[in-house]
Amino acid sequence: MSAAPYEDLTALALRVREHVVRLATGGGCFLGASLSCADLIVHLYSRVLRVSPATLRDPDRDVLLLSKGHDVPALYGTLAELGFFPRERLARHLKTTDSIYWHPNRAVPGVEFHSGSLGHCLAVGAGIALEAKLRSSPARVFVVLGDGELDEGSVWESLLVASAKGLDNLVAVVDRNELQANMRTEELVPLEPLEAKFTAFGASACTVDGHDFAHLERAFSSLPFNRGRPTAVIARTVRNKGLPSIEGRADRWFVDLTEAEVQMLLRELHGGEQASLTSATKMVR
Amino acid sequence: MASYEDILLAIAERDPRVVVVTAENRAAIRGLPARLGDRFVDVGICEQTMIGMAAGLALRGRIPVCHALATFLTMRAFEFIRTDVGIARLPVKLVGGVPGFLSEANGPTHQAIEDIALMRAIPNMQIVCPSDEAELLAALPAVIASEEPCYVRFVASRPAVEHVVPFALGRAEVLAEGSDVTLLTYGFLLREAETARRRLEESGVRTRLVNLRTLRPFDASAVLRAAAETKLLVTLEDHLLAGGLYSIVCESLVASGVRAPVLPLALDQRWFQPGRLDDVLRFEGFDGASIASRVLRALRS
Repeated sequence: MSAAPYEDLTALALRVREHVVRLATGGGCFLGASLSCADLIVHLYSRVLRVSPATLRDPDRDVLLLSKGHDVPALYGTLAELGFFPRERLARHLKTTDSIYWHPNRAVPGVEFHSGSLGHCLAVGAGIALEAKLRSSPARVFVVLGDGELDEGSVWESLLVASAKGLDNLVAVVDRNELQANMRTEELVPLEPLEAKFTAFGASACTVDGHDFAHLERAFSSLPFNRGRPTAVIARTVRNKGLPSIEGRADRWFVDLTEAEVQMLLRELHGGEQASLTSATKMVR
Repeated sequence: MASYEDILLAIAERDPRVVVVTAENRAAIRGLPARLGDRFVDVGICEQTMIGMAAGLALRGRIPVCHALATFLTMRAFEFIRTDVGIARLPVKLVGGVPGFLSEANGPTHQAIEDIALMRAIPNMQIVCPSDEAELLAALPAVIASEEPCYVRFVASRPAVEHVVPFALGRAEVLAEGSDVTLLTYGFLLREAETARRRLEESGVRTRLVNLRTLRPFDASAVLRAAAETKLLVTLEDHLLAGGLYSIVCESLVASGVRAPVLPLALDQRWFQPGRLDDVLRFEGFDGASIASRVLRALRS
């Protein structure tokens, strides 16, 4: 199948990745997680979510929550590109005169809720979804979870309750890059069979390629998969997707790059030669 | 007489924003599922999820009133309260059942004796501590009308005293004036404090009795006035010494540059001996007679 139908998304995702790489300097950011979910975030905001800068206060808008939080550069980039706030504002990343920092917060237009502590947003999302049901609102809630985050029991507790309450307007989207802060998920606390776990907790689940817009389109165009059940979309992704020199690397999670390295990675994003990073990786966790 | 659930129902019927939520703790709200329909939400034994969902409801303009035992509400779900409700400053109302000595024979797992300290550590969290059912019912409209998050230390006991001051957040009730000693207290122990006051009066000690009612906002002026007009302040609480009323009173005095002797009657570095309520009070020295003799001993020394 030709990539042409998704040309716009591919171009947007590239611009978002450029923003993410530019945010990875002067203090740095969680580059790895941001690049693994960039295609997901771009797809959701472009093709799935019924929300725009004009409808940010509409009680019937769709809501996206980033539960793992540290992938927020991908969200900042997407929101800026889609006009939720001016792109120039991204230059104020980490400045105390703005609120564009390492985790999401509601001071940034388009960000619906703060996160940073793992395992919270499926519960918060369930509350928003329940509230929509109370009003017979068409609003849907998408919660992007990290796969490492699935270690937190509160994720599963919330899924149990969402299933019990029949919240079919709630969609858990897992950024399944198989890496958590320092370790491979399957080496530390194995999650597989993951789809079966979501199903066992009452969700309707599927697994897709999280970098293939055709796959994502098929999954998200048929929501909910089953009436009366929450949905789980497990998106198989690659940490640092788009930068072959550091794709899938466990040690390139949070990085603080020099300006020269930023320029190298920007060229690599556009198909140039692979960069060779020397900046130390800061381990925040 | 109206009950807690009668008043909550009346408020919910007037205000469609109110949603009653519980983590499978229905003791005080058994009649509400039938009356409130889908605005009654029981999430099962999931305190963390209850608080996260309440934050989601509040984000969309609802006023969730959440019920669980005080220990599990304030401790199991603490980080959810702090992070989802506190950081976003959402008007989620937390109702903690069987606080302090009211957990009776359940044992230390059920003893909420650090709940005030924990809730005080969350910016803008209001703390309401009714002493009996009448005060609980009087407080409820103000709790729900407030735009802030709020923790209610749930007490629905028979009347502790005859209340003389209308309820208002941040306003203490002075039940008796006196110039020797001031008993400062909140919650269920007001009943015992009143007994102690009468005993002290019989011993010739002119005793002031102050029912603080809310610990945030806190009526520091009532404490400062007592410090100026009486010789000894006594803080009485079924809570750990650290972080409760004793701490609040001392902070208020220091902040105003006032030196005053303060006798804390609280649980210091331990959980209390489980048992039937009246037995616990006697064993731990928190029944009216024990309180009076502890105060007399302090006055003599």
